[in-house]
Amino acid sequence: MILSNSPALAPLSLLLAAIVIPMVAFRRRWLAFPIALCASAFATGISVVNLVRVLSEGVIHYHFGGWIPPIGIEYVLDPLSAFVTLVVNAVSLLVLVHAHRSVAAELPDRSMPYYAVVMLMLTGFNGIILTGDFFNLYVFLEISSLALYGMIAVGNKKSPVAAFRYLIMGTVGGSFYLLGVGFVYMTTGSLNMADIAKIAPTLYHQPALVAALGLMVVGLGIKMAIFPLHGWLPDAYTYAPSASSALIAPVGAKVGVYAIIRVIFYVFGVDFVRHSLPLTDILAWLGAIAIVYGSVLAIAQKEMKRMLAYSSVAQIGYIGLGIGLANPYGIIGAVLHVMNHALMKACLFLVAGNFRLKLGHSTIPRLDHRVRKRMPWTTAAFTVGALSMVGVPPTVGFFSKWYLALGTIQNGRWLFLAALLVSSLLNAVYFFRVLEKVYMKPLEGDVPDDGDTALAEAPGSMLIPTLVLGIALLLLGLFNAVIVTGIITRIVPPGM
Amino acid sequence: MLDFFIGHYAYWFVFILMAIGLYGMTVKCNLVKKLIGMTIFQVSIILFFVASANKWGATVPVLDHSAGSIDPTKYINPLPHTLMLTAIVVGVATLGVALALVITIYNRYQTLDETRLLEHMRKDDDSE
Repeated sequence: MILSNSPALAPLSLLLAAIVIPMVAFRRRWLAFPIALCASAFATGISVVNLVRVLSEGVIHYHFGGWIPPIGIEYVLDPLSAFVTLVVNAVSLLVLVHAHRSVAAELPDRSMPYYAVVMLMLTGFNGIILTGDFFNLYVFLEISSLALYGMIAVGNKKSPVAAFRYLIMGTVGGSFYLLGVGFVYMTTGSLNMADIAKIAPTLYHQPALVAALGLMVVGLGIKMAIFPLHGWLPDAYTYAPSASSALIAPVGAKVGVYAIIRVIFYVFGVDFVRHSLPLTDILAWLGAIAIVYGSVLAIAQKEMKRMLAYSSVAQIGYIGLGIGLANPYGIIGAVLHVMNHALMKACLFLVAGNFRLKLGHSTIPRLDHRVRKRMPWTTAAFTVGALSMVGVPPTVGFFSKWYLALGTIQNGRWLFLAALLVSSLLNAVYFFRVLEKVYMKPLEGDVPDDGDTALAEAPGSMLIPTLVLGIALLLLGLFNAVIVTGIITRIVPPGM
Repeated sequence: MLDFFIGHYAYWFVFILMAIGLYGMTVKCNLVKKLIGMTIFQVSIILFFVASANKWGATVPVLDHSAGSIDPTKYINPLPHTLMLTAIVVGVATLGVALALVITIYNRYQTLDETRLLEHMRKDDDSE
């Protein structure tokens, strides 16, 4: 009974938590966090079960209310959606464990509604990934976006402005997507993705359907923050509370990436895209520009969260490049990088959160070698995260870049290969700058070395998730072949 | 050519509305005017869906047994309307969140003009 309904359980449990938290925790505030944690842990467990089921039984279709698609709405669990839900739920579970202390410190009176909104956001993400229906995807997209605006707006003094800008951009994105859905419905008469995938390849001469593809990709591109549409991202990540940026940066943009992969390769199909628009080329070029642009701007930042935000622009560029290459290596690299970037960015943002709690700031020029002495484990996690971002083997970051590089070589796009290599150097510049500060920089003046007793290692509830992510970066790097051959090679879309 | 313009006149109005909405969102400095632009933009898409459901000579999609056999061409398509009910709810929720943000911004900066707001924010940067 539970097993047969497992595809719907992850979003359902999270949605239930979003409703239960305000009701139960209204009087007893301390209950909000345990409920949120339980729901998130349950969703992660269900995602593991789903992934195992998909790998052994093949694609699972779940029909809501017994209505058969294309009339009813269905959830589709295939290797791609099962894999991405697991990444999203597992990373957000770890970040949520970490968030308990930082939310208590940064949002003391508002923790109860905050956790409810977080649950709503995760409901939206799970729904976007699992749904097999275009309009259902729009609804979940807007649910998660509304929750994101709220989560950003509770940050520092400037955060409502950042949230407002994101709201304007995000609404334009959502509306473009909806317009695309309208064109699809007018030409094919269906909203079900599998149904459209059957109809679309025969209609590549239809201008309305080509326009639909363009509109949907632009709309989702705003949510994904691909290069010229990334304007909302740096401010939103910087001004949001630590817990929000650690939740949004690793998983938020990835959901947009997932939706673009789904729309381009699974619904419209490779052939349709090749015959209609130079969309993959545009994505690849924008990705390559984003990689260099984001990395260069990250070097210029003094604030660690802002640096990580610009580095996110660059990392999303890698994924865009992988999608744009439209060959199996590119897709493997892109999907692997979705996981890698989720882990790396979560790890680094948690480190920034630890610094903020213990040092009261995360400004790079103010860091010195006391940080390493007093917070050795946090610094170690940062080092692993930084090495993975640069792409040093055996961390995971190396392998996704490796597959992306193979993809560029297969297509003979040497310029993109150069962009990948240059960006690794740039990543090294902006991360080693921080490492140099925390390992080498001596104290300024003659302040006694042990004068600052407040400077100690972060508490366990914050340290453990950080370390788990750091270790995961190493372990998944060493065992990446298992993931690639076991899961990701089965993701490569048909017709490629 | 003229037929194409006249035959799709509803859509031309929708696209003009859409352009007005985008203009409001990008060019206007006042945050509330931006929101008005955003609402116009969303409504234009709702009208687009509703216009696409129309059929000439068809009636409301309520099954009428007195008309005899069930003929789908006699009823307009109800699905876009139901989809748009959801889209309207989404639009209202977005507007609610946006207005809450506008109130917070006004309370903190005493202005809703974007250029003045950016000046204030830059001053905050310097004082930090």
